[in-house]
Amino acid sequence: MLRLEPRAAPSQAMTVASPLIALALTALVAVVIFAGLGTDPLAGLQVIFIEPLSTRRQISEVLLKATPLIVIALGLAVCYRANVWNIGAEGQFLLGCLGGGAVALWLTTQGIVLPKAVGVPLVLLGGMLGGMLWAALVALLRDRFNANEILVSLMLVYVAQQVANALVFGPWKDPQGFNMPQSALFHSSLLLPPLLERTRLHVGFLLALVLAVVATLFLFRSFRGFQLQVGGLAPAAARYAGFSARASLWTALLVSGGLAGLAGAMEVAGPIRQVTPYLSTGLGFTAIIVCFVGRLHPLGIVGAGVLLSLMLIGGELAQSRLGLPNAMASVLQGLLLLILLACDTFIHQRLRLTRSRARPA
Amino acid sequence: MSLRLELIGIGKQYPAVKANDDISLRVKAGEIHAVLGENGAGKSTLMKIIYGAVKPDEGQMRWNGQPVQVASPAAARALGISMVYQHFSLFDTLTVAQNVWLGLDKGLALPAVTARITQVAAGYGLDVQPERPVHTLSVGERQRVEIVRALLTEPKLLILDEPTSVLTPQAVDKLFTVLRRLAAEGTSILYISHKLDEIRALCHHCTVLRGGKVTGEVDPTQESNASLSRLMIGAEPPQLTHAARAAGPVVLQVQGLTLAPTDPFGVALDGVALEVRAGEIVGMAGVSGNGQQELLAALSGEDPRAPAGSIRLFGQDIARQSPRRRRREGLHFVPEERLGRGAVPTMSLAENTLLTRTAGVGAFGWLRTRTVEALAARVIARFQVKAGGAGAAARSLSGGNLQKFIVGREIDAAPRLLIVAQPTWGVDVGAAALIRGELLALRDAGCAILVISEELDELFEISDRLLVIAKGRVSPALPVAEATVERIGTWMSGLWPGAAATEGGTHAAA
Repeated sequence: MLRLEPRAAPSQAMTVASPLIALALTALVAVVIFAGLGTDPLAGLQVIFIEPLSTRRQISEVLLKATPLIVIALGLAVCYRANVWNIGAEGQFLLGCLGGGAVALWLTTQGIVLPKAVGVPLVLLGGMLGGMLWAALVALLRDRFNANEILVSLMLVYVAQQVANALVFGPWKDPQGFNMPQSALFHSSLLLPPLLERTRLHVGFLLALVLAVVATLFLFRSFRGFQLQVGGLAPAAARYAGFSARASLWTALLVSGGLAGLAGAMEVAGPIRQVTPYLSTGLGFTAIIVCFVGRLHPLGIVGAGVLLSLMLIGGELAQSRLGLPNAMASVLQGLLLLILLACDTFIHQRLRLTRSRARPA
Repeated sequence: MSLRLELIGIGKQYPAVKANDDISLRVKAGEIHAVLGENGAGKSTLMKIIYGAVKPDEGQMRWNGQPVQVASPAAARALGISMVYQHFSLFDTLTVAQNVWLGLDKGLALPAVTARITQVAAGYGLDVQPERPVHTLSVGERQRVEIVRALLTEPKLLILDEPTSVLTPQAVDKLFTVLRRLAAEGTSILYISHKLDEIRALCHHCTVLRGGKVTGEVDPTQESNASLSRLMIGAEPPQLTHAARAAGPVVLQVQGLTLAPTDPFGVALDGVALEVRAGEIVGMAGVSGNGQQELLAALSGEDPRAPAGSIRLFGQDIARQSPRRRRREGLHFVPEERLGRGAVPTMSLAENTLLTRTAGVGAFGWLRTRTVEALAARVIARFQVKAGGAGAAARSLSGGNLQKFIVGREIDAAPRLLIVAQPTWGVDVGAAALIRGELLALRDAGCAILVISEELDELFEISDRLLVIAKGRVSPALPVAEATVERIGTWMSGLWPGAAATEGGTHAAA
């Protein structure tokens, strides 16, 4: 008979191993699904997990897509460690696209040409402010009216999508764009410099790595980060110590909103180059999975961001190469999170094989 | 009398320690059997084995003469074994009745359970309100819930883990009456404690544990405190010296502190007035749930709503200042709850020093890890905390050791006013003596100390002056020489001289 038993102390090994086991199990389930759909399972795995890493260009695409995932997830890690459940990063990301887009479009249409070292940071700043504004609404509603931040942040995603549509179909529509619902292309001085020749990978990826280090230092080496985490782990201890719960709430939401906004600005000033109605692709939601697969730890998040990006791109490849449904990528993402949460059970518990006792006569 | 429970050669090995080593125990029907030992002596493990929460590696258990294997607490309850844990297992968000209901057979309806709780509670003189949510209850009140819950199952063997640590003398007497009655009705009772007086007063038989082994089986009524203590810790507890000392200037002055509770089941503070001077220990007695939590929150700054001017530290109004600001002025506080309030369970001891100590916070809020770890190591060494170093998680420590660490963390800060709630709750004799000794040393060094405790013995031992809190009001202070247990016990019901007069007038204290 198998029994779950609480462990004396949470298992460190299992904390690290859990995402790896979850990944392996996800691949296993994927094999079953592929077989069920009549696709060669090995080919499926090969296309999803190996092919995106086969060429320099493919790798650059994986890293390109990982960049916003990592940046958003870093902010979410700060938030979740403070026990603030912001699941509306998608909306903050969109406002970041719009904030960065507003700066870029204004400079472009005014014909102001700034040096790259000034223009690009301005666009990124606009994005951060947009994301922070959207997260500040959540903080305000929770702080003033004790609203549930999970619901409020999620619902604001849909508001953000309508705001984006209103702008793209209205005032921001490119006059020379044959009435297509999209903005003018940004001036080239406002675009993120490329990181690798002949690829779309831009310096934002380096920025994401730097931010991961900064987030690590903030969480584990700064008093502010410590206070946030105490507030998340033991609110009564935070009150006893005199750490302000309101300050933690606002810090957590502004940091995560700002980073989601930054990610949005890096998308429009990076591969997209304009504001379109198709900015919302669910990166803000995928980043939640990145955050948990990365154990809410900035360095883990870098790895998890690359992994989830790989699965997204692999999913697209599987669609075009093998004719698998485009829901495949979402299914695998969902499976990964579900299996991961199940595996996390074994951080605090362990399985014990016990001999079944003889039934009383 | 027949044997209700017999343990033969029970052993349990944990990764680091042999918690139980060849333990044998015989409990007769209707016997009150004490299990005496320090924290870490293996009492809790042994009880968990009996209750089916832990599986022994070796040995045998017999129930009414039949060999049994208790696989789970549910199986133990089916046999008729009930347990009241020292750390309560109640859901905070549920009411008392719902909590009790959860542990019972599914057949009963909630109103029926509520009725039975009221009936059993009244029958044994235990004050329990079934409709109150558990999070609003004090420790003492929660314990009463646990006891009532255990009694509802009509157990054949009732295990009580340190049950009196939060009760008043009168309540202890009541509990003993309840236990004696249960024993007379044939219920066996395993009474885990380190309080020698109580064991001698209540128990028929006593098994003493030290370091996981049985060190003695005695009839406690024939023993002295000293002889029991020798069996338990191998030595007699150190005597405290409480030298008379003239108190200095007023450090803490509370006047006209009236405060509505934040929680509908809380206690309103009503014109609280008290003074604590430098170099004295003022002890505050009272049954839990009479406004202690509310007063402590107002004094510590966790509840900053006190009327302006009602709390003064060295003459300066601190009534609305934050806990951090008060700490900078020299006010340090040791709360009743160690895990979750006094310390973050999953964080290391080093990190936990940062809750109240800012020595390790450098420029720009940068943490100086080495300073933080050195501070934790110093507290661990000075207060003889048994822990796996500064990196050990707070929750890996036993209750007594964590308390030594938290008290040590605050004393090490060289406070000018120290407020301590339940300094030795659930702490073993050696650790309790150490903590009390440190408090006295701090007093001799000129610190003003306010101790809020539900253990009267302790208050009489260390206090210079005593006062009582009842129904949100605080009695005048009494020099400890003029106080007796009976007098303080009466005051605990709110009946001190002039108590009625202050009801109408607000300026009674002068």
